[in-house]
Amino acid sequence: MRNIVKEFPGVRALDGVSFTLEAGEFHSLVGENGAGKSTLMKTLSGVYPFGTYEGDIIIDDEVRQFRGIRDSEHAGVAIIFQELSLVKELTVGENIFLGKEPSKLGVINWSELYHRTSKLLQDLNLDIDPRVQVGNLGIGQQQLVEIAKALSKEAKILVLDEPTAALTESEVETLFTILRDLKKRGVGMVYISHKLNEVFEMSDRITVLRDGKTIGTHNAADLTKDKVIELMVGREVGNIFPECHHDFGETVLEVKNLTAYSIDAVNKKVVDDVSFHVRKGEVLGIAGLMGAGRTELLMSIFGAWAGKYSREVIVEGKSVHLDSPASAIREGIGFVTEDRKRFGLILEQTILDNMTLAGLKRISGAFLTNRTRETIAAKGPMKSLRVKANSPLTVAGTLSGGNQQKVVLGKWLLTNPKVLFLDEPTRGIDVGAKQEIYAEINKLAEQGLAIVLVSSELPEVLGLSDRVMVLHEGRVTGEFTRADATPEKVMAAATGNH
Amino acid sequence: MAENKESKVSTTTLRAYVMIGVLALIWAYFHWATGSIFLTPTNLSNLATQMSVTAILAVGMLMVIVSGNIDLSVGSVLGFAGGIAALSMTTYEFGLVPSIIFAILVGVAIGVFQGALTAYLNIPAFIVTLGGLLAWRGAVKWLLGGYTVPVADETFKAIGNEYILPVGGWIIAAVAIAFVVLMAYRNARSVKDYGLGEANYGGEMLKAIIPVVGVVAFIWVMNAYRGIPVPVIILLGVALLGAFITNSTTFGRYLYAIGGNADAARLSGIDNKRQVLKVYALLGAFTGIAALIFTARVGSAAPDAGVLKELDAIAACVIGGASLMGGRGTVFGACLGALIMASLDNGMSLLNVRDFMQDIIKGSILVIAVGLDMFGRRGT
Repeated sequence: MRNIVKEFPGVRALDGVSFTLEAGEFHSLVGENGAGKSTLMKTLSGVYPFGTYEGDIIIDDEVRQFRGIRDSEHAGVAIIFQELSLVKELTVGENIFLGKEPSKLGVINWSELYHRTSKLLQDLNLDIDPRVQVGNLGIGQQQLVEIAKALSKEAKILVLDEPTAALTESEVETLFTILRDLKKRGVGMVYISHKLNEVFEMSDRITVLRDGKTIGTHNAADLTKDKVIELMVGREVGNIFPECHHDFGETVLEVKNLTAYSIDAVNKKVVDDVSFHVRKGEVLGIAGLMGAGRTELLMSIFGAWAGKYSREVIVEGKSVHLDSPASAIREGIGFVTEDRKRFGLILEQTILDNMTLAGLKRISGAFLTNRTRETIAAKGPMKSLRVKANSPLTVAGTLSGGNQQKVVLGKWLLTNPKVLFLDEPTRGIDVGAKQEIYAEINKLAEQGLAIVLVSSELPEVLGLSDRVMVLHEGRVTGEFTRADATPEKVMAAATGNH
Repeated sequence: MAENKESKVSTTTLRAYVMIGVLALIWAYFHWATGSIFLTPTNLSNLATQMSVTAILAVGMLMVIVSGNIDLSVGSVLGFAGGIAALSMTTYEFGLVPSIIFAILVGVAIGVFQGALTAYLNIPAFIVTLGGLLAWRGAVKWLLGGYTVPVADETFKAIGNEYILPVGGWIIAAVAIAFVVLMAYRNARSVKDYGLGEANYGGEMLKAIIPVVGVVAFIWVMNAYRGIPVPVIILLGVALLGAFITNSTTFGRYLYAIGGNADAARLSGIDNKRQVLKVYALLGAFTGIAALIFTARVGSAAPDAGVLKELDAIAACVIGGASLMGGRGTVFGACLGALIMASLDNGMSLLNVRDFMQDIIKGSILVIAVGLDMFGRRGT
């Protein structure tokens, strides 16, 4: 790709970017959100058709002019987007061959379809039933199906946009094994990721984008993580987890004997007899792999878990009856939920509407709303969290991931909580925004808020928590103080090897 | 970063202007085509009366649609509540006021029942109210024994057919203007009170000119015939109440939140089920009110009263910019949508367009309006 320029109304998203990929090469593309990575790849794959950008796309020495995704697929480009594009109601096989089912006169040859699907999955060493509905698979397996689908098109160029965001460690390993194998077969891969460990583990070369420009392409061996982060943000980054010392006060929240059951399988315990407490000014990290029951734990305390659950919740020494999010909020519990687009935000509404939603009655009054008071309330967190937007009336859906996350955090700060749950507070946001959120977490703890932090990123849990509780298959398998919590110990507990 | 898209407020406002423009075009065309009959006080007064039943239903329907639900049963419920009102006045002789209250309560009760099935038993609103569409129509036929029941009470018939004296109209105008000016003053002052900048009294007053002129023009036109029709007064009350609920109450905000993202709303501490139940109850009350106007206008309750009214109400909301996916729509838009629909009915009748042709044209305009809207949305 040579000198690509792509403009959106008011913004130059790509400003003369050049990018090369060789056969069998693993080339990572890194940069903060909004740097232009996804835009570049959408240009490559014809999502932005020829004529809407400047510059040339050259594959196998030939300038290509893709009018759409179909054209780029024919040229051997397969792209796996951040958001999964599988049809959940269809089976694995139907998804993989969607749009190109083996058929005669429009009648699908099902046995051939499933036969070819099994073969494809076997090639990738995937133990997935081709006839199972995609919606019944875990998110990690869905991602692998997506990759199988891309490969069924005999791609020469495979673009992966944040493929591991939802995967467990073991699923990531499976994925990487597959990718290494593809590399041997000569498939060139473009890998977009915020996870630098993975980038360094896999890459031959790394290209850094910033503000729509290429900052540099380097051999991975010549770079360090700190160097990459520096290139990405354009400034020296010290330790991204600020040193801080919290003074703990009284226990604010105590949870006793929490057991929660699966929604689908009524007798399966997803959280099994967990008890813990968190003190004023303390950050309690909850580590664990996907499926360990972390989100279910928080949801059950909050009165929002859809399955059966039982527990005793004690807030500031008083046993409270929480049967709904409303009652939990009343007792001073705030919950920055995971997956901001699904659980956190109303994307078509403004920052103002989103931020004041949970604390509306506190801010406005029980019956009537008051725009002015709401605006003043929302401006507080907008300023302290540095939400980048023109005004509180900017629509939340137009914000970048980092700013959206800040809006969700702001929403909960406006409920004036005593305890704040943070579930994956930095997933899919850029390094700069992450750092700001880390700093905010520390600041809130210093101000005396009790914080329960769930994160799949181990460095994040270790870097921010005063105490780490580890879950494995719904049970507590370890608890460490900040000094004791080494990655090795925590990971051992999280995998059940303690 | 590319985060300077226009806010929701300005797109909604822009939409409203476009719709007013479309309405003006329709009026101009009919005025020309009918040989200057359409835009006379007499016809405009008729038009306002004709739209009131649909518009009252549309205001309630809008709130249900905003919450991400639908109600297909309002036409049948209208018929049933009308039948109740007629029977309790004639056969059972409950008297005027109790009969009116009774009819509205029946609307509320049906709303609560259907709302509960939707919210608490998780039966999709479409199915619950599709069942209601059939069942309540059956109930009217049963109730009235298949006959039309005439109502003789003149006071009752006045609800649908009388006019407020011109003096009353001007008093209402004065109150409305005072209210608009007061609100403008409060808006300007609150900016200063809350330390958001200097109070811009001039600017706020300037913005108040349009509604003030609108009120005066409306009252003047209505008084030029026989005064404001009673159904229109009721509609104004319902519409103001609806606008107030959607704009200025926590309940209204919650409806938009639930329609926009039900999960996010629930996790923000909103009791989605209860809000949905409440909004159905409210639509039920409005349906009861619409039933009274409908019955009073016709002077009788008929087994087929209100047939297809639900579709008129839904169409008015959709033409007015509401999204059937929920989370988007305004009471003002719904009323404007009802006015556009009523204008088409009225204008085409004046032009003696054949019955079947009217249906075809109205249906096509509904689809075209929404199509243009989607097309316009894609550009932003």
